[in-house]
Amino acid sequence: MNPVNYLYLAALLFTIGATGVLIRRNAIVVFMCIELMLNACNLAFVTFSRMHGNLDGQVIAFFTMVVAAAEVVVGLAIIVSLFRSRHSASVDDASLMKL
Amino acid sequence: MSAAAVHSLWTTAATAAPIAKIDAPKIEYGQLSPSLIVVGAALVGVLIEAFVPRRSRYYAQMLLSAVALAAAFAAVVALAADGYGTTKAHIAAMGAIAVDGPSLFLQGTILLVGLIALFTFGERRLDPEAHGNRVDSFAAQAAAVPGSESEQAAVKAGFTTTEVFPLLLFAVAGMLIFPSANDLLTLFVALEVFSLPLYLLCALARRKRLMSQEAAVKYFLLGAFASAFTLFGIALLYGYAGSVSYATISQVVDGTVTSVDPALADTMGNDALLLIGTAMLVMGLLFKVGAVPFHMWTPDVYQGAPTPVTGFMAAATKVAAFGALLRLLYVVLPGLRWDWRPVMWGVAIITMLGGAIVAITQTDIKRLLAYSSIAHAGFILAGVIATSKDGVSSVLFYLAAYSFVTLGAFAVVTLVRDAGGEATHLSKWAGLGRRSPLVAAVFAVFLLAFAGIPLTSGFAGKFAVFKAAAEGGAVPLVVIGVISSAIAAFFYIRVIVLMFFSEPRPEGPTVAVPSPLTTTAIAMGVVVTLVLGVAPQYFLNLASQAGVFVR
Repeated sequence: MNPVNYLYLAALLFTIGATGVLIRRNAIVVFMCIELMLNACNLAFVTFSRMHGNLDGQVIAFFTMVVAAAEVVVGLAIIVSLFRSRHSASVDDASLMKL
Repeated sequence: MSAAAVHSLWTTAATAAPIAKIDAPKIEYGQLSPSLIVVGAALVGVLIEAFVPRRSRYYAQMLLSAVALAAAFAAVVALAADGYGTTKAHIAAMGAIAVDGPSLFLQGTILLVGLIALFTFGERRLDPEAHGNRVDSFAAQAAAVPGSESEQAAVKAGFTTTEVFPLLLFAVAGMLIFPSANDLLTLFVALEVFSLPLYLLCALARRKRLMSQEAAVKYFLLGAFASAFTLFGIALLYGYAGSVSYATISQVVDGTVTSVDPALADTMGNDALLLIGTAMLVMGLLFKVGAVPFHMWTPDVYQGAPTPVTGFMAAATKVAAFGALLRLLYVVLPGLRWDWRPVMWGVAIITMLGGAIVAITQTDIKRLLAYSSIAHAGFILAGVIATSKDGVSSVLFYLAAYSFVTLGAFAVVTLVRDAGGEATHLSKWAGLGRRSPLVAAVFAVFLLAFAGIPLTSGFAGKFAVFKAAAEGGAVPLVVIGVISSAIAAFFYIRVIVLMFFSEPRPEGPTVAVPSPLTTTAIAMGVVVTLVLGVAPQYFLNLASQAGVFVR
């Protein structure tokens, strides 16, 4: 199968993730959409790696996974602390600071 | 297929040629020492959190962080004195890190900013004592729900979040690597290494914790969103060039690539990948810089974060992110400048005008400074557009000058307090000059520097940037820059007038007497502002010597 198709899939997944970030209200779901975007990046890296015939992209995919894991740790800590003090993880409710 | 043949698919006979040895990577530890010292100290700081008794953690962490930042700064100075900024500039760590003039200059700036920010982080005399314990600006226990019994218990027990010091060091370490990264992978990892601690630091305010947590969530979600764009841009550039190394990508952009293996030749060089990838990558960096259309997070995060963190973030993030942006545009994509310059023109114009105009309507001093930082990002972008050696050195000088003013200004904001903590509403600053002339005068110096009045560092920086931009053919941009400086001057002067020429309100805030830590931070800000304003030549020369990237 032509590997370019995987690039289209990566672009599609990235777009779905970005759309989700923009339209969903729950911070956890928004965060999952961001993870989807990062995974789309990984798919693109691995596909390009296959197309170019070098391993850089596959190695970068591992780095991305580690970074994504670290981001989950920090992100969930922040979102959980927000949820515990407000009893809501809606990003629309968090509006103390508006002009 | 015989059994032996199948077997040979995944085994090899012992007599076959031995596997070639893999060469160990060559790492120039001495040249990477600034970042290594800071990372090492941060790890020791984590161990201190684990093993040192709670009473002595604060002192141990302060000492460790101060020594580490000072030692790393000394290492930067030693490297620069050794000629690594000029003649011996080269690429270290197997092509991952560039040791050259801009990176040493920016690393020095970031380390000094980190050191001064450390002083404001460690300040323990501003908040009234809680149950006989001196407290700083950070939450007693970040995990405790605001207003809950567990929080009261933590306050009563005298807990403090000393984890902020290792977090500060990790952020500084990421920022040291960010502007000197010489491949896109290092760039991305450094971006995350400095962003993640900042997200956490934003959530740790002692007062107004709900606002602080909200700021952290906003910063985190938008920052992670932006870094996903950065990463996809990196993926597309990798698809374009078949490598993430800056040198290779720039060769492929220029069409001067020397040796390509046949598998790569068929797949690289697709201009759509280059243009979309560049756009997404630059978008991520402009987010960190806080340039308009990507500035939405700035006012909320600056307002909600603990003020020492805001000062550090405003100063150091800008330095690091502009350093990375400069290297990306000047080293990787100079062959694409006819494509990115018009876009950057637009971004610079709307950033300068947008920041200055929206700032006029602000009523909170921290939000006002946030919008002013957006406007300043626009001024610095004008220098980036110059695409000349003067452009690089003027941006370096501007970043150094601006970061100390910002730190000083936010340090002053921590002093003006009422019963609810910091009094950040502008109406409460009315008549401050009558009550505490010294504090108001110092703040006025910083505001004049922001406005770019002669004899302050802001003027020297703006002059250098606009001169470079005009020589680079961006005269209309300079005209708009001067106009938006004038607009910005209006609201800076308005604050000064408010402080000195209006009656103090009876229930107005008091000015807390700081410990020597914050006093040092503010004094450093004033000294640097005045020295860079009155006698900028030495530092301009330094920046111009440092203004050459290594490829």
